[in-house]
Amino acid sequence: MNDRSAMSVLDKPNSYIGRSVPRPNAKRLAQGRATYVDDIVLPRMVHLAFCRSPYAHAEILSIDSTAALALPGVLRVVTMADLQDYCTPWVGVLDHLKGIKSAPQWPLANGKAFFQGEPIVAVAATSRAIAEDAVDLIEVDYKELPPVTDMETALDPDTPVIHPELGDNLCFERSIDSGDVDAAFAEAAVVVEETFHFNRHTGVTLEPRSIICDYNPADETLTLHMSVQCPHMSKNLYAKHLGLDEDKVRVICKDVGGSFGLKIHTYSDEMAAGALTVMLGRPVKFIADRLESFTTDIHARDHRVTAKMAFTQDGEITAVEMDDITGIGPYSVYPRTSGIEMNQVANLTAGPYKHLNYRVRARVVFQNKGVMCQYRGVGHPIAVAVGEALIDKGAAALGMDPAEVRRRSFIPDDAYPYTSPSGAIYERQSHRQSLDKLVAVMDYEALRREQRVLRERGIYRGIGFASLIEVTNPSPAFYGVGGARIASQDGCTIRLDPTGGITCATGVTEQGQGTETIIAQIAASAVGVAPGQVRVITGDTDVVPYGGGTWASRGAGIGGEAALQAGKELRRNILEVAGAILQSAPESLDIRDGEIVDAKSGNERMPLAELGRLVYFRGDTLPEGLQPELVATKHYVSRSYPFAFTNAAHACLLEVDVETGLVKLLKYWVVEDCGTVINPLLVAEQTRGGVVQGIGAALYEECLYSPEGQMINGSMADYLLPMAAEMPEIFVDHVTTPTETSELGAKGVGEAGTAGAPGAVMNAINDALGPLDARLSHMPFTPDKILRALGKT
Amino acid sequence: MTAPIIVTLTVNGEPVSQAVEPRLTLVDFLREAIGLKGTHVGCEHGVCGACTLRLDGVTVRGCLTLAVQCEGATVETIEGMTESGAMKDLQDEFVERNALQCGYCTPGMLMSAAELLERNAMPSREEIREQLSGNYCRCTGYQAIVDAIETTARKRGALGR
Amino acid sequence: MRLKPRAFEYVRARSLQDVFSVLDAHGDEAKILAGGQSLVPALNLRLAAPEIVVDVSAVEALSGITVVDDVLRIGAMSRYIEVATSDLVARHAPMIARAIPYIAHTAIRNRGTFGGSLCNADPASELPACALALKAVFNISSSAGERKIAASDFFLGTYTTALEPNEVLVSVEVPLTGPGSLFYFDEVARRQGDYAMAGLAARAEVRGGVLADARLVFFAVSDMPLAASAASALLEGKAPGSFDAEVVCEALAQTIVPLEDLTTSSATKLHLMKVLTRRALTDFAGKEA
Repeated sequence: MNDRSAMSVLDKPNSYIGRSVPRPNAKRLAQGRATYVDDIVLPRMVHLAFCRSPYAHAEILSIDSTAALALPGVLRVVTMADLQDYCTPWVGVLDHLKGIKSAPQWPLANGKAFFQGEPIVAVAATSRAIAEDAVDLIEVDYKELPPVTDMETALDPDTPVIHPELGDNLCFERSIDSGDVDAAFAEAAVVVEETFHFNRHTGVTLEPRSIICDYNPADETLTLHMSVQCPHMSKNLYAKHLGLDEDKVRVICKDVGGSFGLKIHTYSDEMAAGALTVMLGRPVKFIADRLESFTTDIHARDHRVTAKMAFTQDGEITAVEMDDITGIGPYSVYPRTSGIEMNQVANLTAGPYKHLNYRVRARVVFQNKGVMCQYRGVGHPIAVAVGEALIDKGAAALGMDPAEVRRRSFIPDDAYPYTSPSGAIYERQSHRQSLDKLVAVMDYEALRREQRVLRERGIYRGIGFASLIEVTNPSPAFYGVGGARIASQDGCTIRLDPTGGITCATGVTEQGQGTETIIAQIAASAVGVAPGQVRVITGDTDVVPYGGGTWASRGAGIGGEAALQAGKELRRNILEVAGAILQSAPESLDIRDGEIVDAKSGNERMPLAELGRLVYFRGDTLPEGLQPELVATKHYVSRSYPFAFTNAAHACLLEVDVETGLVKLLKYWVVEDCGTVINPLLVAEQTRGGVVQGIGAALYEECLYSPEGQMINGSMADYLLPMAAEMPEIFVDHVTTPTETSELGAKGVGEAGTAGAPGAVMNAINDALGPLDARLSHMPFTPDKILRALGKT
Repeated sequence: MTAPIIVTLTVNGEPVSQAVEPRLTLVDFLREAIGLKGTHVGCEHGVCGACTLRLDGVTVRGCLTLAVQCEGATVETIEGMTESGAMKDLQDEFVERNALQCGYCTPGMLMSAAELLERNAMPSREEIREQLSGNYCRCTGYQAIVDAIETTARKRGALGR
Repeated sequence: MRLKPRAFEYVRARSLQDVFSVLDAHGDEAKILAGGQSLVPALNLRLAAPEIVVDVSAVEALSGITVVDDVLRIGAMSRYIEVATSDLVARHAPMIARAIPYIAHTAIRNRGTFGGSLCNADPASELPACALALKAVFNISSSAGERKIAASDFFLGTYTTALEPNEVLVSVEVPLTGPGSLFYFDEVARRQGDYAMAGLAARAEVRGGVLADARLVFFAVSDMPLAASAASALLEGKAPGSFDAEVVCEALAQTIVPLEDLTTSSATKLHLMKVLTRRALTDFAGKEA
């Protein structure tokens, strides 16, 4: 635990922590002066396109690339046979997920294709258009194999086994049986049960997956220009599988056009680009097009959950039992595995509540569909929706208000730290305060009155709540203990430049959420300069400290703490030098707004630029024996708890047109507790963006597959995303419970919006339709499904 | 069989004359032939709005326009609109309100917003949202974008613009 | 996958003659490029791979919105935005002005054309339904001469029209809306600008206090816009508001069996057709009052 002494920079009057500072780097983005991977042009660069499997499951009998190779502008056409010596396969398993198994995955299909869109042949050409022309000329002879698409029957004995060497189609299974579940259900006053379907959906980052692999055979260096969230992880994986010296691999990640968890995984086509640059000795660019993105980016969710919940007569939850099955495509995705989402569902369902009796059976199965893996919210949207829907159902059965049932069942404020029946340890949460604040800001009572009045007029409005916990700031317990070389620690190197400016290099990365801005705010506060004087460098493994990057809502909590500690160290070093120069005790000095001042009077003693000048250019004038160190590096890893759990309370107000089945979102509220809020402006829109993504899952987004395993809506015309016209105004407020595990006290905030919205929207729809005896639990809630639930079609 | 055709047009005020393949879209032409990388490619089938730019004074999808169709045309991209200062206030407001995160949609979003304010000086929030309905943003909740446009309209109104 | 077009030749036509000569020489292998808002995505997706594309945007004969005698003539090359903001269209064919804002989004409407939408014949498009409801007549030209096709004969199926490969749609003529004309246009779509789950273009005349020439045309429910003739017939000769909407709704299924789409079943589409019909009839009754 950290000592929150009087020295904490959080409390200093010139602290920038907690202020709404606009992002300096946003200016460049607003002027079209960003650098995304596709903007980069390298000499002699070639472009990749892939011949991909049109079938979900097929044996590749023969490949004829003669015509493709003859096309002017085509440099190389390769199959897996050509890449055998350039790349080793990978298997997506982790040691701590007991029993998880998967099959080797290759950059190109190795004899068989296991999902529609799996790359089979790679074409390198002088332009993408020519590469596509060549793909059109490739002839592949397939023997179709029976596709396994339905996850519910994937484990049936008569279902073909996708990877015969694995023995069955089970990737991973987990059970929890905590307390006395049977007794609790037997004694319950009310038991509610429901089956939920969580639609398979995908990230749809506006910038698709993008990579340029640039191998220099002369010095055996590989430079990867990648749109990625975790540069150091990529450095390790490309070195490992391409057989290169890891120290000679550099990952450069400039602007990233959205990621949401999609850009932390190993993709065959990207690894093929790596193999090809080694083969050709030229830069190889691969930019996934939108159709490729839909079938080959990781998908998420695709769970069927059957769950029940027990209540006392007073409305307290006493037990939860759940069966979860999820289909993940034909491979567990490397290196994080596709077992984590299910694991989170098992860990987190009904997480805010104090029930002690909890039983889960959860299974992860293989199927011949696109691969499924971690995407924003990872399991949370499912866990939250299941728990919160059952609470609402229970409240209705008990004749109680849904907010009241939540209040009665929350883990009591005095019970923290608290160990959940799934084994998760919560440091401290503010469920009751958050819900009370939410109910106040939305004027819940007035909305209920209005709802009753409107119902008389045939207008059906619904109010839905979702209280949630979110896993942030992961320790090595997440991946490291399982053997993956994914750093959970992160570092920051901070330097005073001769100008008095501060340069800060951090291992966490920027994808627009404002990482660089908050690091600047923290560093500025810690050192004592204005944020505008801090330049932050991210996304270059040659430059930044070794770190995990940005995922699992870790940027602010882990990277921020490292920046804070590095800034404090630099400040100490500066004051030591200043004290020697000014012949004053360092403790009597302070740094404020870029000036060394007298701590008591605030009188200016020396600008930092003057100190920089003396140190860097006039060392001869410094006192004897003084060796200034104007660079400091600090690292941080969360150790006292495996995770920092945040919490939030969401509410959604909507109206269902019971004639058309259309849902109109009227308003949305979030009260969020992410600990110390570093920049409210950024947190607010980050939260809203998360909510909108969750609304997408609830109302629009779904990867639709035919029984044969063909994705039938893989374009932006057919895969519906949340757009401005339909989205509500979203109110965001905070309760602040800083984590004591760090001095900064920040927990993550990146995923809570996405975690809560699907459940809140589902509850609001069911609240609206309650008087009509209609109920829905199969996302997305399309007009078709709503009308069917209403018995209109 | 599909010989390049010389197309002559004005891009951001500068005359451009280049031989292009007929199949080259305007956005690829701008990005690859002239090096204007500010206009982004998001879906290449006209839905996402990332490639929204100005052709003869109105917004179009850069991916649904062929470069060869632009003979004699005037094209303005985010780079040109920035240099001319035509929507500086809007851009500043986007930054101020954090109306962008990853920035990939932003040039297209700004183009759509600028056109709206030309056609409707004081749009309602609903009208703003309707105008943006063809511009996909995955990062924000759209609200900050609406705020930024609404604020720009109000400030322009106060200045009598 | 492929999102760059296959190579093709490009010709910028200056006159109809230029267009004819390309079409005559290349037949099916030629494609007419007007606004490009349907053709270019099809090219990018390699769903269309013509040998040659003939750009008709500079062909003067295809432009202009005028009133000629008792018809409103809309040049095929008129862009949505021109049609939507045309005073003549607002006055003489208000249904069309009402329908256009439902089409996609501003940047598409700035570029897409009236004739392009009709020739593309997407069954979910708004304008083919309007053309059918308004009894529009299509002026067609080819090197062999000119002909007229009634809207009811023009649409043959998904992306299929009565146009021969050598023919060009020059303009569309819409009878001028009279003082007693009623119209209703609405659609149910999941998001602003989306293709509808079901849409209705309805029109009728009020003559002597009763409805005449009533037409309920549905789109996005089948492979082309369809007039619900049995239901429409029930309106004839009746005062607006005097009939039982449910009887009219029940008659819809006599003519139209909707085709499901990715997320909307046939039954739901039929239900939505009924919802739209009720709303149209209520609207007509209100206007009459």
